[in-house]
This record gives sequence, structure tokens and C-alpha cells, in this order.
Amino acid sequence: MERKIVPIIPAVEIEQHLYEKRQKIYPREVHGIFAKLRIAAVVTLLGLYYGVAWLQWSGRQAVLFDLPARKFYVFGQTFWPQDFFYLTLLLIFAALALFFFTTLAGRLWCGYACPQTVWTETFLWIERLVEGSRSQQIRLDKAKGSRNTIVRKTIKHALWIIFSLWTGFTFVGYFTPIRELGLDVLALSVTGWSLFWILFYSFATYGNAGWMREQVCLHMCPYARFQSSMFDKNTLIISYDVARGEPRGKLKAKAASPTSTGDCIDCTLCVQVCPTGIDIRQGLQYECIGCAACIDACDEVMEKTKKPKGLIRYTTENALEGNPARLLRPRVIIYATVLLALLTVLIYSITQRKLVDIDVIRDRNALYRELDDGTIENTYTLKILNKTEQPQRFKLTATGLDELILQSDDEIIEVDSGSVKNLVVRLQIHYEQVPATSNQVEFHIASESDPDLRTLEPARFLAPQMDN
Amino acid sequence: MIDTMSNFWHWFVIIPTVLGLIGCYWLLKANSTGVAADQEAAEDHVWDEDLREYNNPLPKWWYNLFVITIVFGAIYLALYPGLGNFKGLLNWSQLSQYNEEVASAEAGYGPLYEKYSSTKLTELATDPEALKTGKRLFSTYCTTCHGSDARGAKGFPNLHDGEWLYGGEPETIKATVIGGRAGVMPAWGAVMDDDMLKAVVEYVQSLHTNEGDAEKLALGKEKYGLFCVACHGPDGAGNKALGAPDLTNNIWLYGGSDRVLLETLKLGRNGKMPAHGDFLGEDKVHLLAAYVYSLSQQP
Repeated sequence: MERKIVPIIPAVEIEQHLYEKRQKIYPREVHGIFAKLRIAAVVTLLGLYYGVAWLQWSGRQAVLFDLPARKFYVFGQTFWPQDFFYLTLLLIFAALALFFFTTLAGRLWCGYACPQTVWTETFLWIERLVEGSRSQQIRLDKAKGSRNTIVRKTIKHALWIIFSLWTGFTFVGYFTPIRELGLDVLALSVTGWSLFWILFYSFATYGNAGWMREQVCLHMCPYARFQSSMFDKNTLIISYDVARGEPRGKLKAKAASPTSTGDCIDCTLCVQVCPTGIDIRQGLQYECIGCAACIDACDEVMEKTKKPKGLIRYTTENALEGNPARLLRPRVIIYATVLLALLTVLIYSITQRKLVDIDVIRDRNALYRELDDGTIENTYTLKILNKTEQPQRFKLTATGLDELILQSDDEIIEVDSGSVKNLVVRLQIHYEQVPATSNQVEFHIASESDPDLRTLEPARFLAPQMDN
Repeated sequence: MIDTMSNFWHWFVIIPTVLGLIGCYWLLKANSTGVAADQEAAEDHVWDEDLREYNNPLPKWWYNLFVITIVFGAIYLALYPGLGNFKGLLNWSQLSQYNEEVASAEAGYGPLYEKYSSTKLTELATDPEALKTGKRLFSTYCTTCHGSDARGAKGFPNLHDGEWLYGGEPETIKATVIGGRAGVMPAWGAVMDDDMLKAVVEYVQSLHTNEGDAEKLALGKEKYGLFCVACHGPDGAGNKALGAPDLTNNIWLYGGSDRVLLETLKLGRNGKMPAHGDFLGEDKVHLLAAYVYSLSQQP
């Protein structure tokens, strides 16, 4: 979609439709170092996405987010909803990483790693496979209704849909065991929500990568719009070297007067390869997803015209203006430091994660209970979580007040692997021993087999005011 | 619940809603074409030296989204209640949805309770599976008053101690849960003065302590014989038919100190166990009763 600048025509009032049909973009195939990098990224990321779902880890699926059971298996670790904190850390880490890389080298994420790019790239590849090159595609679209068009379009959409279905299936495979799901699919017995989500994600893939494409980046993606606020004059951006390229002119014109023209031969290849349909020679634009396809295209032309490469290149505003460029700037260093610190915290906290947890819920109806022998009693429901892979027998103690007695109807506290035990306990103390109306106490729990497996949780012990 | 609104409000809702919907479409349509803004307007909007605002056409699918939204609204208003008293073609209501969901839950869970309903309570009280379910029911419906450990609170009986106001036989417990109980201790403050009341307290305490001030005990016993004996019996053993507590042991519903007993005597008490029969249904109550009975069988 070319940027339409409303022409500067005074007062000729022409009624026009203010909404515009999308102009389909036919990105030309491109070869070169950055195209290779992107293909490598696409293959790696999609390989991980489609492959990891099938990995096994000690008898179960390696990565499985079991929502009904609220267990999230990531290789050797099992996360519970109580561990959601780590997801927060991970997301903050991801956001900061985005800031860091954007400050350093612009929209690297958009150009090489964003799912929208990765899947669109794959869909473009399928499109080229079936419909041929850019010019062949344009011709095919012009010949609407011809047999060739219909056959090729049908094949293309069929391949897209198959690929989308596989994508949707894999996605659901991360939430319900993929091997069983696969058997269900083969037996055509997938029903209910599994089927819905498979179709939903298939449709989303097909729609986004097949039809929406660059419109997602232009009109929907919030990151696309705020990433430019992280740019500064030392950020690596993809830019056309105006000083070197202008005035542009066709080869013939150059031959006529070699000194009066720049290196740009106005072949428009940089425009043809652009997946968002912009002309990079107009400068940095919000539509640019930083895919570097124009660099590859231009370098090839420069090679043919025997000019130095890099008329379009990764460069900085400072470099273009002839100022010294600095890679290490305060904000880069700060982002890097925070990123590193966060990564350390994340890894450390996961390795130090408590595999046993205890939640204390005080009875709500009565603050305390006075027994007839003068004992004050508080009732608590304890939830004891065993996140280990083995069943555990726990020892429960309560501290915080002298002469505190712990009573429970259950003699043995045994919690199965990966489950929660509800335990009702009572704390008792004679009223003469209670120091205050509200007292801090602590419940301690420790595994009998593994003394390192222990934790504690504070609670309050309430008593009546003793005035006589 | 008010099911219908008056004619005025009925139309007050319908007319603006329908007009609003049409108005939205008109607004969209009327503004979809026009004269592109001239350069002057664009010139006004300049930021950071050279950032200019131009009028670029919006994508067509965006326009279509607006249209889809309006169509969605129209379909919704046709299917669901939204236009005044119009019930909608689906005849849906919150109440009907609730009833449907309850019915489907009953169909799903009913058999789980039903399979125990013909088993005797004493037998169920030793069936660990049945007790597990019973415990869950207890946690949901009973803990608010009786505590998560079933040991009660002031005014709410301890279910562990084997002492029962209305009787601890399994069938009696079931009857209590189904029909509820209302335990009334009349207020004697108008009949007796404080000295008399204190004497009665002294006497009642002596029933389990066997000690007290002889003079007070004599007065207390006399007053007890006059006012209390009808319900609590001549020996203070209580009356399970009335729910009158046994006064000869040291188990108290509202507390056993002199001060609390005086309060009970003077002001009376109103104990209430709500009826759960209609609310829970016979099958669930059956399981609950078995669980409560099992509690009294263990210390």
C-alpha cells in the first residue's frame, strides 16, 4: 500500500470514498544474506513450534499446559498457578529484551522473529511455489476466471488450509496431550473445545498470514507503533543513503552524464520486494518492519552496476549525517544491565523454587472459641501443596506462642505427588497464657523423608479481651 | 422481581435504541464519502518540526467492521431481550438459564448422592467414600456456623462431643437437618430480680460442680423448681423433645461462666438451625446426616 498523500489542490471539491480497498502487495522473492538469516530464523522458530510439542520427558509430554488440572509442565519443571509470578518475570524479561534489541538495531523482532512475519513468510513461500514469481502472480490475478487461475488459486488455498490446520492442531497440542489428540484427529473423533480451538487457530493463521498480512502490522499491532519511541540517532535502522543515491536516474541517463547522477538507478526493486509496500527511499516510515529485504535487493543491483554495496543498509541517523555513531549508549547499557539482572533473578528464583507450599485459611464465622476449661481455640483450614514428583509425608508444627498446642483430626499428613491436601487444625492455648487479642503464629511444615523440603506460613491467633 | 415495565418505559427503551442503531448506520454512511481535507488543515497539524498530519484513507475492511457491528447489534436485539418488554426470539432469560444449568447439574451429580440414599445411616457412617462426599457437603453448607472442624462456636453446637440437644440418633440428626430446629430459652429478667437470677445460676452451676453457697442454693433451687423445671426437668437433665439442654454436665452452648449464664437467664436465647430439606434435597441430607453422625462416633 503506497502512502497516499492528499494532493494539494485548493477548493476543487470532489466527493470521494474515504475508505479504501486494500491494494494487494506482491513481494518479490529476494536472495541475500538477510534473506538467509530470516529463513534460518523461520526454520528454527517453526521447527521449535511444530517439534517441541512432540517431545517426551520422563514419561509425559515435555511441554504441556494442562489447564483443567492447572499444571504447567515445562521439561523437568511442573508449575502451578501459584507460580504465575514466574510468568510475570518472563513477560517483563521479554518486554525488556524487545526494548533492548529495538534500541540497538530497530525492529529486529518484527523483521525476523514475529509470528506474523514467520508465518507470512511461509505462506509467501507456498504462494510462490504454486503461483510463481511476483510478475506471474500479478498476471494470474489479472486473468480472473481463467482455468489456470482457478486451479492454481485452489491449490494454493488448499495448501494454506492444510498448513493452518496443522498449526491449529499443534497449538491445541500444547494444552491437551498431542499424541492422544493426534489419534483422535486420525479417528475423526475430535469434539468440543479441542475442535473449536483447532479450527479457531487454523482460521486465525489462515486469515492473518494469508489475507491480512502487512495490515496486521500497519493497523493492529501496538508494538509496531510504539517501537519507534525507542529509536534514537544511534539506533541501527534500514536506510537509503540519500547523499549517495540522489539524484536517481536510469542507467541510460547515467551513461550520458556520469557525474550528475547518484548511484540509485531507480530500478524500484527495493519497492517490489517490500512486504509492506513502502518505498524505503522516502526515509524511515512506520510501516517498515525492518526485514532488510530491500538491502538484499539493492546490494544485488549494486553488484551488477559495479558500485559499492550498501546504498540501502543498516546504518544510524548519526552515521548518515556524518556524525560519529555510538553503539554503547547509556540506554543500551541500562537495558542490558536490567536484562541481565532480571535473567539472573529469574533463573535463581526458579532453581530455588519451593516444591512444598502451605496456605492458611482462618475460619471466618468465629474469631475464636472458648472451651469450657478456659482454653481459647482457633480453627484453621490448611492447604498443603506437594509439587514434587513423589508422595510426601509431612510433619506439621506451630510456633509463635508459648504453650501453644496443635490439634488435628488427621494423625498422618500424607500428600500425593502433585496434589493438595485440605487439613483442618486447631490451635489451643489457655486464656491465661494468651498475651494479646491478636497474636502472630507460624505453621511449619517439613517432609519426613527430605528435611530440605520445608516451608512456613504466618497466621493470626485471636483471643477475647481478658478483663476479669 | 419486576418482569415487565410500564408502557412508557417500554417505548422509552425501544425508540432510542432502534433510532440509535439507524442513526449509527446513517452516520457511518454519511461520513464514508466526502471532500478530502485541504492542505491548510493538514498544515495546522505539525509536531516536532516536520511531523505532519495527512488525511490518508482508512482501510475498507474497517468500514465493513462497523457495518458488521451494527448488523450484530440488530441480530442480538432480535434474539435476546433488549427492546423493552420484548422477550426475544430465543425466549432467553437469566432465570431460564439458571434453571437449565441447575437441572443439568442435578442430572449429572444426582446419581452420586442417590446411590447412597437407600443405605442405612449407621452403615454409611463407616463408608470412607460416602464420608468423603459427606465431608465436602459439610464444608459447603455447614461450616459457616459449625466451623470447619465441626466443633461449633458460641451458639452453634459442637458436633464432636456426643452431647445432643435434640438427640444424637442417626435418624434424629437427619430430621434436624431436614426440618431445622428453633431452641427458645425465655427471658426471666422480668420475672426474677438479679439476686434471684444469681441464685439460680449458683444452683445450675452446682448441678455439675456439686458445690456452692448454701443460702443461695436454697433460693436458687426454689426458683428453679418454679420456672426452669418445666423444660430442664427436676434433676436438670434437660428434655430432648424440646431441645432443652442438659444442665448437669459442663457442656454449654453459649458459654458456662457465671456471667454468661446470668445473661442467658436474664435475656433468654433464640437458637436457630435452618431447615435444609427443601434446599438440599433428601439424598444430600442423608449423606450429611451420616457424616455428622460419624463425627460423634469419634472423639
